[in-house]
Amino acid sequence: MYKILEKEVLSDVTKLMVIEAPHVARKARAGQFIIIRIDENGERIPLTIADYNSKAGTITIIFQEVGKSTKHLGTLKPGDEVATFVGPLGHPTEIENFGTVICVGGGVGIAPIYPIARSLKEAGNKVISIIGARNKSLLFWEDKMRAASSELIVVTDDGSYGRKALVTDPLKEILEARGKEIAKVWAIGPAIMMKFVASATTPFKVPTIVSLNTIMIDGTGMCGGCRVLLEGGAQFVCVDGPEFDAHKVDWDNLLSRLSFYKKEEQLAVERWDHQCNLEKAMGQGGK
Amino acid sequence: MAQLSVKERMKIPRQEMPTQDHIKRGGNFEEVATGYTKEMALKEAERCLQCKEPKCVEGCPVGVLIPQFIKALREGDINKSIEWMKVKNNLPAICGRVCPQEVQCEGRCVLRKKGQPVAIGRLERYIGDYELAHRTCPLVRAPNTGKKIAIVGSGPAGLTCAVDLGREGHDVTIFESLHGPGGVLVYGIPEFRLPKSVVHGEINYAAECLGIKISADHVIGRTYTLNELLSEYDAVFLGTGAGLPSFLRIPGINYNGVMSANEFLTRVNLMKAYQFPESDTPVKIGKKVAVIGAGNVAMDAVRCSLRLQRLEAQKKDGEPGSVYMVYRRSRDEVPAREEEFHHAEEEGVIFKFLTNPLEILADSNRNVRGMRCQRMQLGEPDQSGRRKPVPIEGSEFEIEVDTVVMALGTNPNPLVFVDAEGLERTKYGTTVADLETGRTTKPRVWAGGDIVTGAATVISAMGAGKRAAADIQKFLKGEAPWVS
Repeated sequence: MYKILEKEVLSDVTKLMVIEAPHVARKARAGQFIIIRIDENGERIPLTIADYNSKAGTITIIFQEVGKSTKHLGTLKPGDEVATFVGPLGHPTEIENFGTVICVGGGVGIAPIYPIARSLKEAGNKVISIIGARNKSLLFWEDKMRAASSELIVVTDDGSYGRKALVTDPLKEILEARGKEIAKVWAIGPAIMMKFVASATTPFKVPTIVSLNTIMIDGTGMCGGCRVLLEGGAQFVCVDGPEFDAHKVDWDNLLSRLSFYKKEEQLAVERWDHQCNLEKAMGQGGK
Repeated sequence: MAQLSVKERMKIPRQEMPTQDHIKRGGNFEEVATGYTKEMALKEAERCLQCKEPKCVEGCPVGVLIPQFIKALREGDINKSIEWMKVKNNLPAICGRVCPQEVQCEGRCVLRKKGQPVAIGRLERYIGDYELAHRTCPLVRAPNTGKKIAIVGSGPAGLTCAVDLGREGHDVTIFESLHGPGGVLVYGIPEFRLPKSVVHGEINYAAECLGIKISADHVIGRTYTLNELLSEYDAVFLGTGAGLPSFLRIPGINYNGVMSANEFLTRVNLMKAYQFPESDTPVKIGKKVAVIGAGNVAMDAVRCSLRLQRLEAQKKDGEPGSVYMVYRRSRDEVPAREEEFHHAEEEGVIFKFLTNPLEILADSNRNVRGMRCQRMQLGEPDQSGRRKPVPIEGSEFEIEVDTVVMALGTNPNPLVFVDAEGLERTKYGTTVADLETGRTTKPRVWAGGDIVTGAATVISAMGAGKRAAADIQKFLKGEAPWVS
């Protein structure tokens, strides 16, 4: 069992947790992921590492409550324990001094882009970061991202904070203005965002890395459920990734695979919400 | 019972294994074979002729003392019977259920020539289950040696090796990448063939008796590497199995509805998807399922598919659908255990022999809608000795399916080779190891089971774990130093 040490509510649907997992923390690097399972009936959820502290033996995760499991996880409190915590899985980000790089984080993708931006900056890169979300309430870690970057651009889809734009808008402008200077782009966020980042950087031929979060069970190469089509064949996100060359990913295939279990996810969420409502009603003395 | 003559013993018919009704069982995940009663077990035990030179023992990869355990059983001394069993095999409730006895012990039984062999596997299961329920014969640990051993993987090879070394008094830790021990026994083999309660029962019982530590959630190659383990442990045994799935190299394998048998079985077995939504992990089963392959894993996949379809139909009051087994060779070449084939047939799978898939077809939403296949015929024998399937020209046709499960064999997982220089592997991805001792090309590292042989059987992995344990013991006592 692994103890939740801290919990922070970043928005209504975004939660941060610091988990005690020395076996994972001792080796964790930017770009890697973990698998968490809440209890005996729980599913195995892959989450990219948002931060790590090998001395304290802790891993920080940030997740958005989208399905039953993440909603359930969001109800846990410091002191509670989860049944499974495995990692660090996947390959770490290749960090070296490339020159000037861009880090794009969309929505909950801000969490995993943070340690990458920080590591790149520590390695001597000039890091331009772009973070964005649908609205102000979904944004988080602006201060941490500012500290990890040489330059930070904040956008929201609805203009409720920062510039009203999609992350691809400032990205394209920078590439148009000084595309030659940019050595590499990292982008992490919803699959559809990463797809558009890939098409934005294609004409400028800037190497672009994305971190994929596909449907996965074991995370060690055993099930193959996470396979992604790349130029030249299928690869496993869990052991070959999670980072891939964005320009080689078959995005439409990826998007369709991500939605394969949508109906079941919906059913599970409905059951969960129903149960929560019942419990609330009971708690209020209702019958 | 009075002593019977050989003739009398040979007159006793082989006791049938009681099973759940095949119609009823097709709709649930409960164990199919329900086990002998005491009367059946005693009667079956009377059939053994107690050969002076027992061939059955030669057929067993771990050399279970078969005549001894059967003799004690029929004399009514079940504790003695269990003691005899545990001399060689510490996991009888598992082996009694999943060993291919017809090609091992029972295949060599002298009664087989005259008709039906002694049901050794069923008797083994009987005493194994008895011991799990009564715990009359706990394993005993020798005094502490102070030696530390790391076992990587908690499947049949690793467990057997761990138990044998635990009995010698060593400090044994098993590292398992999944959230619980058992390896293929829990992620691969379905509940209706091998209940999880039996696997966990045997593992927990042995681990408690011998003080074996089980570190779940540790992926060797990621969480720790082999070299890191070597710096802390006196010896390391690799029993990581063959967990990497193969996919056909045909167009369409990434459409929605195509799965490896590993993914399918892991969802169903380890993650209990048949209980969704009570259990959080779902599995999507179509109305027309094609399982490609005809090995034991393929049989498990078709039988799980049939059950899932029936459960689904019960929920929705609809028709269950069809499950096809698509195999490019013929009935005679089916590599699965006879009993599994028989059960699959009984439960209603539709076999499509001499059929080779060429392409998976999808609708506009990328969901599988069919397979384009080709008919085959048998040609000359190939390297494996089986007649080679060759395509019949112009025989292409389509079958309508919405789920495709590929059960085409598996390869060892390469993760364990991270930070493990000197550990050689073959071009098939298997680890190079001496089959007698389990020694690899890297000092103080042993390996056994599917990681060495490629996908094989539970009991052969146990045999390899046992041989490696014996050699590790010799090495630790200084009787067999490592000569590179």
